[in-house]
Parts: sequence; structure tokens; C-alpha cells
Amino acid sequence: MADTLLQVEGLVKEFDVRRNLGIRSQKLKVQAVSNVSFSVDSGETLGLVGESGSGKTTLGRCVLRLLEPTAGSIVFKGQEIVGLSSDGLRALRRDMQIVFQDPFASLDPKRTVQAAIAEPLEIQRVGGDHPQRVRELLELVGLSPDHARRYPHEFSGGQRQRIGIARALALNPSLLILDEPVSALDVSIQAQVLNLLGELQTELNLAYMFIAHDLSVVRHTSDRIAVMYLGKIVELGDSETIYENPAHPYTHALLSAVPVPDPEVERARQRIVLTGDVPSPINPPSGCRFHTRCPIAQDRCRTEEPAMRTVTGGQSVACHFPLEPGVTLVELAGRAAASA
Amino acid sequence: MSDSVLSLRDFTVSFPTLYGTVRAVRGLSLDVNPGEFVGVVGESGSGKSVTFLGMMGLLPKSAIVGGSAKINGEELVGASNRKMRSVRGQKISMIFQDPLSALNPVHRIGAQIEEMLGAHQSLSRQESERRVIELLDIVGIPQPDQRARQFPHEFSGGMRQRVMIAMAIANNPELLIADEPTTALDVTVQAQILEVLERIRQELDTAIVLITHDLGIVARVVDRVEVMYAGRAVERATVANLFDTPSHPYTVGLMRSLPALGRERLEPIPGSPPNMLEPPPGCAFAPRCAHAQAACSAEIPDLREGRSGLTACIRSHELQLEVGTRG
Ligand SMILES: Nc1ncnc2c1ncn2[C@@H]1O[C@H](COP(=O)(O)OP(=O)(O)OP(=O)(O)O)[C@@H](O)[C@H]1O
Ligand SMILES: Nc1ncnc2c1ncn2[C@@H]1O[C@H](COP(=O)(O)OP(=O)(O)O)[C@@H](O)[C@H]1O
Ligand code: SF4
Ligand SMILES: [Mg+2]
Ligand SMILES: [Mg+2]
Repeated sequence: MADTLLQVEGLVKEFDVRRNLGIRSQKLKVQAVSNVSFSVDSGETLGLVGESGSGKTTLGRCVLRLLEPTAGSIVFKGQEIVGLSSDGLRALRRDMQIVFQDPFASLDPKRTVQAAIAEPLEIQRVGGDHPQRVRELLELVGLSPDHARRYPHEFSGGQRQRIGIARALALNPSLLILDEPVSALDVSIQAQVLNLLGELQTELNLAYMFIAHDLSVVRHTSDRIAVMYLGKIVELGDSETIYENPAHPYTHALLSAVPVPDPEVERARQRIVLTGDVPSPINPPSGCRFHTRCPIAQDRCRTEEPAMRTVTGGQSVACHFPLEPGVTLVELAGRAAASA
Repeated sequence: MSDSVLSLRDFTVSFPTLYGTVRAVRGLSLDVNPGEFVGVVGESGSGKSVTFLGMMGLLPKSAIVGGSAKINGEELVGASNRKMRSVRGQKISMIFQDPLSALNPVHRIGAQIEEMLGAHQSLSRQESERRVIELLDIVGIPQPDQRARQFPHEFSGGMRQRVMIAMAIANNPELLIADEPTTALDVTVQAQILEVLERIRQELDTAIVLITHDLGIVARVVDRVEVMYAGRAVERATVANLFDTPSHPYTVGLMRSLPALGRERLEPIPGSPPNMLEPPPGCAFAPRCAHAQAACSAEIPDLREGRSGLTACIRSHELQLEVGTRG
């Protein structure tokens, strides 16, 4: 069995926000991440999906300690990293790196590729031949070592994303947090970068936290998947189970909303279209946070918060009425409507 | 065909820039029939937006538009500004990815839709208020009478896109052009907006051109597809035929790039899209195409009969292209 690299327990991250009420303004808290627990094994990919604002980025940034968690524990390689001193944090940064969505915004236009990739080596005061290391890294991500002297604007989106990856790999991390790493890329280029990430993972035994809103990309890349809704993980399990037999109605609805590039499948499909938008995280719904949009919600859902528990398929789910394998939400919603 | 709503012939758009001329659209001919739902797909920079912005007279003055673009037989290329204003909103309307930038933040939603109505129709106060509520209802905005009195910032992204659609259909246009209308939205909200578009096509019989880079969206809603590459149409087919027997190597390349069940490794198209300052000679896809031969770069291939549609590949007949695993 692979060893646990990262263990997160009860993680909470609150932000202070102000709401303007005419002349007065009210101080409020947003729970962007609300009591979240999960683990990542070395060499594995955990996918993180959920709608905009569900807390994926915030969660990633807490794990990296780019944000201070409000509560909870993050154990990385056996060491508690919440409350770590700045020295401890610096060492940690070698081992965990992040790749951002926007390859255009994440590189300084005035610095050469050489400077950009070598920067983490300098910050960490790593000795050795930096130009040589940069050449190696460029080759590793499928670029030419000659590219080191050029500037970011001379590269396409896919190439810039490769530069971002090379930079993240400079310090030989064991965990990469990939926050929408291919969302800004065209599909043909997206496929190039996804293949590269796959090869690097095998070669370097990297673990990934792969954040993306494209569910087919997440399915392709992830061993396990965590589905987030309004700051909570509502379902967690291995990738095939989540896709074949989603137990949480939200996972089910999310998957049925994803357009599949096959007209026959699309026309034959029965789809549950969720009504409305994600509610405000400032004042999340009581009980199960999904109850306002859930097609099978009952009274209990409005008052009692469902705890995470393991279900038939082996995945964990936070729902009072998880779907049995093989039962579709369309059928259940139909039954619920008929009995109402 | 003379009875098409929209007809482009050898349509071109270029932009003179400091570095030379960007040849964004290079001879595009296509038709949209009444009530048809057409998808236009292609990677970023392939000229999708510029084609339709150019046709509607919405590009910066520096843009050079050539060829012919007819709406119901009326020529738009070279038409006066006055003519273009009356065509826009009345015969054709367009919605975009970012609805917020198209709405006025200080005016109530209802007033903005009324303004749209007033520009092309003479309605009494009461009639236009009633019509606004009706429109908001068509696009699925709950409590339309209350929502009409609110401001754009009180609407979510999905609701704003519905408002844009309401404005776009206010004057019963024959053609609605939707340029990546769901790209900024979550999939659950995207599914709602796609349903609104399908409903409009069904109930109002409006022809719709949906510009997207997402083949899944194409498979879900459209009847027919135009695949664009480097400012030209490279394949044209019904949606069923496009996915069954794609016949241009670029289309097949796009499909193979997609993560699909059972596909362990993706098969990306090598290289990247061409620089439109200097598009490759002949078939612009040749530098990235596994099947390219010298003849491919000799002349720009026109669309011609392919396996089950039209394709702009001189080798399409000899190539037996397969996508392999399907989505
Ligand atoms: N610095 C901040 N101050 C206040 N609220 C914040 C801050 N950062 C994030 N939030 C809020 O926390 C919630 C979660 O945001 P987060 O960016 O983690 O979502 P996400 O799942 O990454 O969304 P997306 O898919 O749009 O990237 C949102 O409601 C967001 O508005
Ligand atoms: N105002 C402009 N000036 C110069 N080039 C432009 C301008 N607008 C678009 N282009 C170029 O035209 C080409 C087609 O762009 P566009 O139609 O926006 O592509 P897409 O298919 O992504 O919608 C691109 O190469 C783009 O850079
Ligand atoms: S014409 Fe030649 S280069 Fe172009 S797509 Fe066909 S085979 Fe490839
Ligand atoms: Mg995010
Ligand atoms: Mg565009």
C-alpha cells in the first residue's frame, strides 16, 4: 500500500467580509472551507471538483499554507504543518508546489524563462549549477533548453503552462497542487499538457491535487475524487465509482449536466437540470447545504446536517438519502414528485 | 441558396497591425437556414468571433471586411451605419460570454429591455412593460415582474445571461448568434442556458448560431456543425455525421484530444494553431497533420464532398480516419 503523504482533518477556513447596508456596514464571516477531511497518498492524484465558489482554491491554498487555516489539522509527511514557524514553512515549500490556471498571469513578463524557473532555487538558496538545472527541467517538460533565454510573451499558452510546471518541479516536490492547470488551454493543447502531467507523475512519483471544473478531465486524471459543494466535501471515492455510481444527488446532477461529445448519448440521456444558482456561502442553507437545489430533499434535510459515511459502493457521502448503485436521480425525483 | 437567413460568400476579415496584416477570416462561405441550430467550433483564434462580429459591423474601424454577407438576401458588407443599426437587434442579435459588460450597471433590467424594444417597435408604456415580463418569463427568470425592477449586480452570472437572451429575442430576430454564452458559467448553469436556447429555437423558430469550443455542447444541442480552422471552414456536417464519420484530420484530432472512457492516453494534435499574420500556404492544418503530403501545401483546399458531409482536405477520400473510443 502506498503511504499517506497528506492527511487533512476538520479543516476550516473563514474569511471576514463586509456587507454594505446603506450607511452601516455589517461584518460577516464566510466559511469558504467548512470542516473538510481527506488524505492524499504519495504518487496518487486526488481530483477536486465542484462549482465556482465551492472552496477548491481556498482548500488548495490552505494545504500549501499560503492561507492560514481557521481550524483543523494538516499533516504532511507525518508532520503537523498548521502553526508551523516560517523556517518550517520554507522547508515545506520545497516539497509542495502549485501550478496556476492562467499561464499568462503567473509569469513575470520582464523576466526570462531562465530566471522564472530558477527563482524557487534562489529563494530556497539551493546550491549547484542553476542554468544546468533549468535546461534539464525544460527538457523534462518537453521544451527546448534554448528556450531559457526567451521571455514569456514569446510562448503560446500551452508552452507557458509547461514553463509553470517546470518551475513548480525545480525543487523536486512530492506534491503538486494543480489549480485548473488546463482550463485556459484549447483541447488539443490541453491534451498535450495532461499527457505531460501523467508522464511526470510516473517518472517522479508525484502526488497531485488536481482542481478542475471539467469533470471529464478530472475523471481522466484522478485516482480518487472529492466533490465539493459550498465549502464541504459531499462525496469522496475512487474515480470510477464516483462516475459510474454517484451516491450524492449533487454529484449525480453535476455529472448529468456535463455535455458528452457523443450526440447519441446526449439525445438518449435523461438529465436532471438543477434549478437556480449556488446559494451564498455567507448564509449557507441549514441542514444539508444542498437541500435548496436537491430534487429529492425531505424535511430532515432542511434541519439536520448529514455526516460523511461510507456507502455500498465504498465511497463516502454526506447525504441522508444516498442513491443506491444503479438508481438514477431522474427516477427518484419522479417518485418524489408523484408522492408529493 | 436564396432562402437562407444568413449567407456568407468568400467572407474575409483582416486587421492591419504594426507587425503586418492579421488575416483572421480567409474566405468563408456558409449558410444558415430558417429555424436551424448551427454550431461553429474551432480552437481560439480560428476566427469564430471575428466572422460574426464582422458580419454585424461590430469590429473596430481598423478591420477590413470583404466578400459578401447577406441577411435575407440583403447585403451587409459595405452597408451604411444606419442600415446596420436597424439590422442589429431586429433581424440578427448577438450574445456574448460576458453578459455583465453588455449591461448598463445603473439602469434597471426592465428599462434596458424596454429600450431595446423601443429602438425597433412603437409600443405603449403598458404594452412594453407587459412584453418585458413576458420575455423574462420565456428565458426562465422567476418572478419576472419583481426582477425587472432590479439592477444587473443583483443577478447571478446565469441570470444575467438569461437577461441578455431576453434582450436579444425582444424584437423577434430571425437569427440569434451566441458566442460562447456558457464558457464563464458552471456546468449546472450551462445546462440551464442551453435549455433556454433550445426552447427559443423550438417555440420561436429562431435560427441560432452557437459558437463554442466544446464538442460536448455541440453534441447536445445543434443540428449541424461548421468546423473552423485558421479562418476557414474545414468541415461541415450534420451533428450525427460529424461524430460518426469525421472526415477532416483536424476534426479527428480534436476528438482524439478529448478525455474519453477507455482512452488511457490522450492523442493531442502536435504543435499549436498557426500565427494568422502568416498562415501556412495551402491547407493551413498541414504543419500539424499526420497525413500531410507536398500537395497539401500547394493550394487552399475548398470544401468538397467528403465521407458524409463536406470537408476541405484533398486526401479525405483515401484516408479512413478513426477516432477510436468515443466520448
Ligand atoms: N480572500 C477572500 N476573502 C473573502 N472571501 C473569499 C476570499 N477568497 C475566497 N473567498 C470566498 O470563499 C469561497 C470559496 O472560494 P474559492 O476561490 O476557494 O472557490 P473555488 O471553488 O476555487 O471556485 P472557482 O471554481 O471559481 O475557482 C467563495 O465564496 C469566495 O468568494
Ligand atoms: N482587433 C483585432 N486586431 C488584430 N487582430 C485581431 C483583432 N481581433 C481579433 N484578431 C485576430 O483574429 C483572429 C481570430 O480571432 P477570433 O475570431 O477572436 O477567434 P475565435 O475563434 O477564438 O473567436 C485571431 O488571430 C485574433 O488574434
Ligand atoms: S489537406 Fe493534407 S494537410 Fe490538410 S488536413 Fe488533409 S491531409 Fe492533412
Ligand atoms: Mg478556484
Ligand atoms: Mg471568440
